[in-house]
Amino acid sequence: MRIKGPKDFWAGLMFIAFGLFFLVWAQKHYQMGTAVRMGPGYFPSVLGGMLALLGLLVLIDSLVEEGPKVARFHFRPVIFILIACLAFAYLLKPLGLAGSIVALVFISALGGYEFNWKEVSILAAVMVIFSVLVFVKGLTLPFPIWPAFMN
Amino acid sequence: MEGIFSNLWLGFTVAAAPFNLLMCLIGVLLGTLIGVLPGVGPVATIAMLLPITFNLSPIAALIMLAGIYYGAQYGGSTTAILVNLPGESSSVVTCLDGYQMARQGRAGPALATAALASFFAGCVATLIVAMFAPPLAEVALKFGPAEYFSLMVLGLVAAVVLAHGSLLKAIAMVILGLLLGLIGTDVNSGVLRFAFGISELADGIGFVTVAMGMFGLAEIIANLEHKETREVFTKKVSHLWPTREDWKRLWQPTLRGTFLGSALGILPGGGALLASFGAYTLEKKVSRNAHEFGKGAIEGVAAPESANNAGAQTSFIPLLTLGIPSNAVMALMIGAMMIQGIAPGPQVMTERPQLFWGMIASMWIGNLMLVVLNLPLIGMWIKLLTVPYRILYPSILVFMSIGVFSLSNQPFDCFLMALFGLLGYICVKLECEPAPMILGFILGPLMEENLRRAMLLSRGNPMTFIEKPISAGFIIVSVILLVIIALPALRKKREEAFQEG
Repeated sequence: MRIKGPKDFWAGLMFIAFGLFFLVWAQKHYQMGTAVRMGPGYFPSVLGGMLALLGLLVLIDSLVEEGPKVARFHFRPVIFILIACLAFAYLLKPLGLAGSIVALVFISALGGYEFNWKEVSILAAVMVIFSVLVFVKGLTLPFPIWPAFMN
Repeated sequence: MEGIFSNLWLGFTVAAAPFNLLMCLIGVLLGTLIGVLPGVGPVATIAMLLPITFNLSPIAALIMLAGIYYGAQYGGSTTAILVNLPGESSSVVTCLDGYQMARQGRAGPALATAALASFFAGCVATLIVAMFAPPLAEVALKFGPAEYFSLMVLGLVAAVVLAHGSLLKAIAMVILGLLLGLIGTDVNSGVLRFAFGISELADGIGFVTVAMGMFGLAEIIANLEHKETREVFTKKVSHLWPTREDWKRLWQPTLRGTFLGSALGILPGGGALLASFGAYTLEKKVSRNAHEFGKGAIEGVAAPESANNAGAQTSFIPLLTLGIPSNAVMALMIGAMMIQGIAPGPQVMTERPQLFWGMIASMWIGNLMLVVLNLPLIGMWIKLLTVPYRILYPSILVFMSIGVFSLSNQPFDCFLMALFGLLGYICVKLECEPAPMILGFILGPLMEENLRRAMLLSRGNPMTFIEKPISAGFIIVSVILLVIIALPALRKKREEAFQEG
């Protein structure tokens, strides 16, 4: 058996995995109820089953019909962008808005094609000033501005 | 008819209040800005701004958010014409002829045509919303759970039909969205579902978080795959006004585009994107200058531009009358309304006429602002286009992260956003459209609720969906749509229609 449409093959697998997960989990943990009085497990079970079935159809399709290859997965932007978001979120309370924005800007800039220290530093500074003025002063979001150890 | 005008008058008195005017202005300016910048969509922007609207009055919040949506249609065309990059997905077809006009040194008339056609369409669409929303809302007031369930099925099917690529994958994405929407506390039984012991998931996953991850983050990551290359026609924008010959050629396409766009916008799953594609295809069929299409025909700018603006506005009709979003932006508007404590649905019009009519009137005012401001401001938008993406994306990321974090002041939401960003990027790679998933996500809990109620009322008889005439109508249309789209001949046509962009 040869995979003719890799894009559909992986998409099918993804849908089957999600579908089965919701189906099995709902069956195991929640009550089905009856059609008249549906329990919390009813709707997710039905949908999970449908999703797995659709995934199977997509998968079969990928074995029968010629399809496009999966374009290259670019790990560099994925990793740096996602880490930048996480860094911002988990540094906001300990390092304040200023520290977390600097972290976000620098880490995310590493995900791009070019990295220019001077440019990124200026950008980080501008973003800190702008965000503090607009979000903390203007919109009164309850964020600490400076790192906790400086207060 | 008289009622409409007195209602519109009421709307104008609300929308013309100084603060609301200011919000409208901010909305359309922001909308144009994100429309101009490729890689920043209205979904991510509105999601980003949702937390800001917590402190505004409901009407001011909705006026601003609506302004962003139709402002984005304006801005998107500027980028399409000058850089051959669609700032918005709905201006994809504008690239075809608009960019060619710019290359022939006629960027000015192309931009003016886009703006004026959009303005005209905006005016007409505002009237259409005012005329059609009240009777529709009256019908909708009679809807029971069965009708609502079937209507949502129709909406989801329509979203599937309009998605690019594989039909099966689009349906699967809808169902995945429905399932993800069920995460959190089940309102009927109080059972916490799919929370895996994470207390932050008790209220479910925030819609904003999903939208930002799937659209915003995934978009940024995908954009970073390639080095940026842009060619901007900055010098050649001199005389703006179209010639007399141009006027002669553009008024009919504008009219046709407006009406086609208005009609397509009302459909569930419709909106600006479908409208612009539809209008361009129609124009290519009926125009006497069909051979010029793709080579700088002014009709190819006027028709899709009027259509996408009309569609953007009439897509508010299902939202305002049925409480059902027809696309991802409308889903966000529902989110905004719920945050403000307004349950979207047919009762909004009767219970809060100021809000309803004020928003409609603000659309007209917003369109006027766009024309008056944007033609002189084109120079500034062009300057913005020269801001490199490596400066742009970290800034966008800052705003997105602040917006998501502020939802509950916990890092967890940002973590979820990153997770959905990853899922979104995988979906891009596997050609699975995120838009149907987002619609499913919003409708998931609503569908379950209405399904349960309908089944309870019918004592477990599923025939209730077919026995009630209105519900049966929705189901029949859904089935017909699915059958049509599954037929090989039409499937090919649909693929072609999307290929043209």
